[in-house]
Amino acid sequence: MIVAEQKPLKEIMELLGDARKVLVVGCGTCVTVCFAGGEKEVGILASSLRMMSKMEGHPMEVDETTVQRQCEWEYIDPLGKGLGDYDAVLSLACGIGVQAMNERFPDSITLPGLNTTFLGLPEEQGVWEERCQACGDCILGLTAGICPIARCSKQLLNGPCGGSQNGKCEVDPDTDCAWQLIWERAVKLGRVDQLLEIQPPKNWSTSRDGGPRRIVRDDLRLVDAE
Amino acid sequence: MADSKQPAEERTNGYKSGSNLEKVLEAGHFAVTGELGPPQGADPEEILHKAQLLEGAVDAVNITDNQTAVVRMSSIASGVLAMGAGLEPVVQMTCRDRNRLAIQADLLGAHALGLRNLLCLTGDHQSFGNHPTAKNVHDLDSVQLIQMVKNLRDEGVFQCGDAVKAGVPRFFIGAASNPFGDPLEFRPYRLAKKVAAGVDFIQTQLIYDIPRFREFMKRVVDMGLHEKVYILAGVGPLKSSGMARYMRDQVPGMIVQDQYVDRMKAVIKGIPKEEKMARRKAWRQMGIDICIEQIQEIREVEGVAGIHIMAVEWEAAVRPIVEGAGLLPRPEFEVGG
Repeated sequence: MIVAEQKPLKEIMELLGDARKVLVVGCGTCVTVCFAGGEKEVGILASSLRMMSKMEGHPMEVDETTVQRQCEWEYIDPLGKGLGDYDAVLSLACGIGVQAMNERFPDSITLPGLNTTFLGLPEEQGVWEERCQACGDCILGLTAGICPIARCSKQLLNGPCGGSQNGKCEVDPDTDCAWQLIWERAVKLGRVDQLLEIQPPKNWSTSRDGGPRRIVRDDLRLVDAE
Repeated sequence: MADSKQPAEERTNGYKSGSNLEKVLEAGHFAVTGELGPPQGADPEEILHKAQLLEGAVDAVNITDNQTAVVRMSSIASGVLAMGAGLEPVVQMTCRDRNRLAIQADLLGAHALGLRNLLCLTGDHQSFGNHPTAKNVHDLDSVQLIQMVKNLRDEGVFQCGDAVKAGVPRFFIGAASNPFGDPLEFRPYRLAKKVAAGVDFIQTQLIYDIPRFREFMKRVVDMGLHEKVYILAGVGPLKSSGMARYMRDQVPGMIVQDQYVDRMKAVIKGIPKEEKMARRKAWRQMGIDICIEQIQEIREVEGVAGIHIMAVEWEAAVRPIVEGAGLLPRPEFEVGG
């Protein structure tokens, strides 16, 4: 899932500037699951904004709503009617939701209330970790099912750098060395040979380096491409 | 001026690069390399000063590339300055700051300027340096970098496969190996990958645990790697007991035996804290003595072709170490064909 965390309140207040009437829009999917932008967080943030703006001497009127998925037109379209009443919309979705709102409702400004951090999973309650960089050319079949693109600080493809010690990454003692994990799992699965082959330079053109990405599937399209 | 159409092997007289370091190793001498950190500024004087301290004491000198991710004068520019001062540089190149286009462009330039040895490195992470908010590159890793440099030299092709048009860059290709990093069992295999990629020489991480280094070298010899690559063991003089402790406890990928920390501590016993100069002198002498002793021990390890002395910001220690280890004078060769 997409993992995000809320921006500091101070930054959100600065983003909102002199807006007096604000709509906070949550998202019921990924950011609800990671406790960053669901209905509950929308409620808490809206209260905080009301209190803070009141304390600062110019109270803000804050309304709340949460849609099932802010990244799909059909879920956000119903929001369109009333948006003209607000000075600003504050989205508690990931960056995709924020952009979907701006794209769909060009006459209103939708501001981000979250920082979209990574594609990952909850390692345990309250701890999320990155697992995928969406590089567009999956190599998990070559690396014992553990991704060095997302999990090695240097994105190495041919084994660990010299800084791996006691199973941890040199960059952060709380981060596992991806190559330690890959090695151990490959040993366990009897797939060490795979790690001894030289992996050639990666084709990064499928990654963000190739420019913004797009997938077109004519078999699914409702309009005839011709 | 060499004719670029003439086959490259002929131009370098059968050598891969024709560098002094290559010739020293090919002739079977126990090689000695040093290290020179470029200045954090544009003044060439510091390089010339350090070069004086190293000249004649080593066969070649590594010129670091934004070492520990701190911005310094470029390794290629510094290498050219060092060469002018009579040293043979080993230009370090990391994958952290450049993509494959920039690396190849710089290598063409480095070769055109007369540089012949190259050390291919992953690079320290930028979070350790003075620009921790920088974007890193890591388009290639060190194994892929070795392969690219080898293909430039031996196939005359760029990484994309296009032919090099005017003058093939011919480097003596080096890389690093850390016998003490984890996972320990993978380390010899990682070295084997670098050998398969086409590396000519290896410089190891600083060794302060010789028994463990011996174990690593035994694996290396069992795998026959020492016959395919020259391995230079990394050593460096300790400057103080504090430094020894720091390296033991704080530096990732580093193992320091307690005996070295203890000996550095013992040598200042009886010297009052206020007598800073006396302590410093005692420490430094012990640091040099330990280093000489280590070189003598390491020389006996099968598969070791030379020594790489890393005396960071203490270049003056190199000559007494090399001399004390009985490795002076250094053999002399004419660089080139």
